[in-house]
Amino acid sequence: MTPQEHPLLEMRDISKTFGSVVALSGVSLTAYGGEVHALMGENGAGKSTLMKILSGAYTPDAGGDIRINGTPIQTGNPKISQANGIAVIYQELTLAPNLTVAENVFLGNERTRRGIVDRAAMRDETTPILERLGVKFSASTQVASLSLGERQLVEIARGMSRGARIIVMDEPTTSLSSSETEKLFDVIAGLKAEGIAIIYISHRMEEIYRLSDRCSVLRDGNYVGTLEHDELNAERLVSMMVGRDMSTFYTKEHKPHTGERDIVLSVKGMTDAALVKDCSFDVHHGEVLGIAGLVGSGRTELARLIYGADPAVSGKVFLNGKDVTPKSPRDALAEGIAYLTEDRKELGLFLDMTISDNINISVMESDSGPGGIRRFGKEETRARQSFENLGIKSPSAKITVGALSGGNQQKVLLARLLEAKPKVIILDEPTRGVDVGAKSEIYRLIDGLAQQGIAIVMISSELPEIIGVSDRVLVMREGVIAGEISPKDGKAIEQEDIMRLSTGPSSGPAGNHPRQTAPAQAALS
Amino acid sequence: MTNITDAQNKNNSMNIQSVIRALGMLPVLILLAVGFQLLTGKFLSVNNLSIVMQQASINIVLAAGMTFVILTGGIDLSVGSVLAASAMGALIVSLVPGIGWMAIPAGMALGLMFGLVNGALIALLALPPFIITLGSLTAVRGIARLMGEDTTVFNGQLPFAVIGNGSILGIPILALIALTVIVLSWFILRRTVLGTWIYAIGGNHEAARLTGIKVSVVLLFVYGASGFLAGVGGIMSAARLYAANGLQLGQAYELDAIAAVILGGTSFVGGVGSIWGTLVGALIIAVLTNGLILTGVSDIWQFIIKGLVIIAAVSLDRYRLKSGSRT
Repeated sequence: MTPQEHPLLEMRDISKTFGSVVALSGVSLTAYGGEVHALMGENGAGKSTLMKILSGAYTPDAGGDIRINGTPIQTGNPKISQANGIAVIYQELTLAPNLTVAENVFLGNERTRRGIVDRAAMRDETTPILERLGVKFSASTQVASLSLGERQLVEIARGMSRGARIIVMDEPTTSLSSSETEKLFDVIAGLKAEGIAIIYISHRMEEIYRLSDRCSVLRDGNYVGTLEHDELNAERLVSMMVGRDMSTFYTKEHKPHTGERDIVLSVKGMTDAALVKDCSFDVHHGEVLGIAGLVGSGRTELARLIYGADPAVSGKVFLNGKDVTPKSPRDALAEGIAYLTEDRKELGLFLDMTISDNINISVMESDSGPGGIRRFGKEETRARQSFENLGIKSPSAKITVGALSGGNQQKVLLARLLEAKPKVIILDEPTRGVDVGAKSEIYRLIDGLAQQGIAIVMISSELPEIIGVSDRVLVMREGVIAGEISPKDGKAIEQEDIMRLSTGPSSGPAGNHPRQTAPAQAALS
Repeated sequence: MTNITDAQNKNNSMNIQSVIRALGMLPVLILLAVGFQLLTGKFLSVNNLSIVMQQASINIVLAAGMTFVILTGGIDLSVGSVLAASAMGALIVSLVPGIGWMAIPAGMALGLMFGLVNGALIALLALPPFIITLGSLTAVRGIARLMGEDTTVFNGQLPFAVIGNGSILGIPILALIALTVIVLSWFILRRTVLGTWIYAIGGNHEAARLTGIKVSVVLLFVYGASGFLAGVGGIMSAARLYAANGLQLGQAYELDAIAAVILGGTSFVGGVGSIWGTLVGALIIAVLTNGLILTGVSDIWQFIIKGLVIIAAVSLDRYRLKSGSRT
């Protein structure tokens, strides 16, 4: 594409097997300087393995090689990869929060003078890099005081301090707010202009459209193909990733009952001590209500209040007109309110326990015989039915849940909620860290639950998802409900409407501000 | 590749790991026993094995309670002191004419009460178990001394002495009690909802709460059970000695109990482990003690060797956690 003699990076015919498992077979990838090359594929497609080979963490099988500017480099050695200008920014950041930015940038590579750490030199060398990145914080800021997005920039600065020419970013925006994402995109544009090649891994289509010059797709360890920027479209990418046509990515076949008498969940004046202020809304029989908003706008906090996971200062929860305001998650579950956490590993699953135990844990008590003796037969039946109903893929229900893929783990957690026969389900980021195929299945499950008449509240940061799945959307901003959006006259909800409400008049883009001052409950039509 | 084969592979390696985990320290126990037999020529005699079981029994009972506690991610440092106080209580009641047999329920009730106080402070006030039980380690030791006015209480006509010295079909009653406790513990941990909740809380405390598990009830149970079993240990100890002393009895017993649990492969952060492992761990400690005495190693060296074995075991625990790490 560019008239360069050699691409900056060439990975040729890379294969990798772990025991009998083929993780990669004959994959090639090239990247030119000043290019953003997106890498897509479902979880387990081999993206991470390929990048670990690039970084030197794994040694590829014999036969393939990695060339920088046409010269092959030794593989399987992180030091050599680093010396050749390869830097990988992982999802899990590797910073020490108690140290300053400069100390982190030079972590493991400290500048010394006569054997003593030379903080001044490190600071002086970090400052120009931070300036190139155009960040707000300084080299002597403590990392603990930085936001997640800013910490990511510190990681990038670390790569640049080592002369990186190829920067790999592995789903960098997963936990960023949209303003932080914008900031990161600016930085990426700057790096591009400097001639750095960026390999960008993401599940988010919009980001791929916006950033990438080319996009390569992997599936089951094989290279599927590369699309130029102009050829990119969702359908094509999805079908390349899953290997089949996906004309119906979102499913919306349920019909909500929207009469006054069909209100199942009614939240009134929910307020906590820190962020959430006076939030009220209704959800109907068989309805999917989306809650959008920026990270930190109080969506999860509101959900936890409704579920009784955190103490509310004031506010009530009504179920079919009855006051059921829960004091604990146990109360909420007993009344028929279930909550799917956004953080399934930290707050949801028992990773050391079996799939069956994870599904049964909340109904084990009511299933048990005298003295709380477990009835394994009943539990097995429930597990088997869950496998069937939710399409959980696992050879057995007796293996630990930690061994499953993200999508299957999420289904196990959903199965647990459904066993409690809830009337209301609050889903907090139900497709986070889940691959494309499983995402579509989860949308179909949500639609099926709504068809059964369950009232569903779905919190999501992905706008296409929230529009594709919900009947109505509430937008939260700074702890209040900034507005409600419903499709009008057959016209779908627009992403711009949601963005405008979530960022608010003050921080919105110029041109469309002062219309809403966004008091709580302001309905937008 | 696909999720299924992926999970299958992990499943296979997990099976191997779980076998290693389940076997855990059993090979070490067998090696030690065979080694001591070769060194002394009399370790594996029926008579000596019966002595080993008797010596191990009190620690097994304490370690069973400790297993419950550590599985929830907690710790109970007070069991040695609670054992002393319960033994004192049992002996004092045994000296009251007419109600001598009440000594057993009295000792157990005393242990249960101390355990429940620990549990209530930890569960309801959400205070760290290490600090609370460190406090009760000291305070209950004081209470034990107070009960006997800091003297040794002695009862030559102890009504329940048969517990400490009798045997059924050649098996010491102390050992039978210990085995009963292990089997009951196994049943609770593996066959009841309560047991599953114990593992769940140790594996993921916040997830357990969000799932509707009664976390404070479970914590009350595990510390109550640990205290109760320390009470049982107190009775066993009193029955053997016909006496109890608030100052010396049960000193540092909590350390042997913790060592047995850790040797048995139970994770110190909770959520993973088994009662059979604890049994093996407690037997290793007893075999080491008995075997070292038989070989004539001095008291001082016994301490050093036992300590080193515990450190080696904890290193092994770390190594196992690392190799069996979660994905």
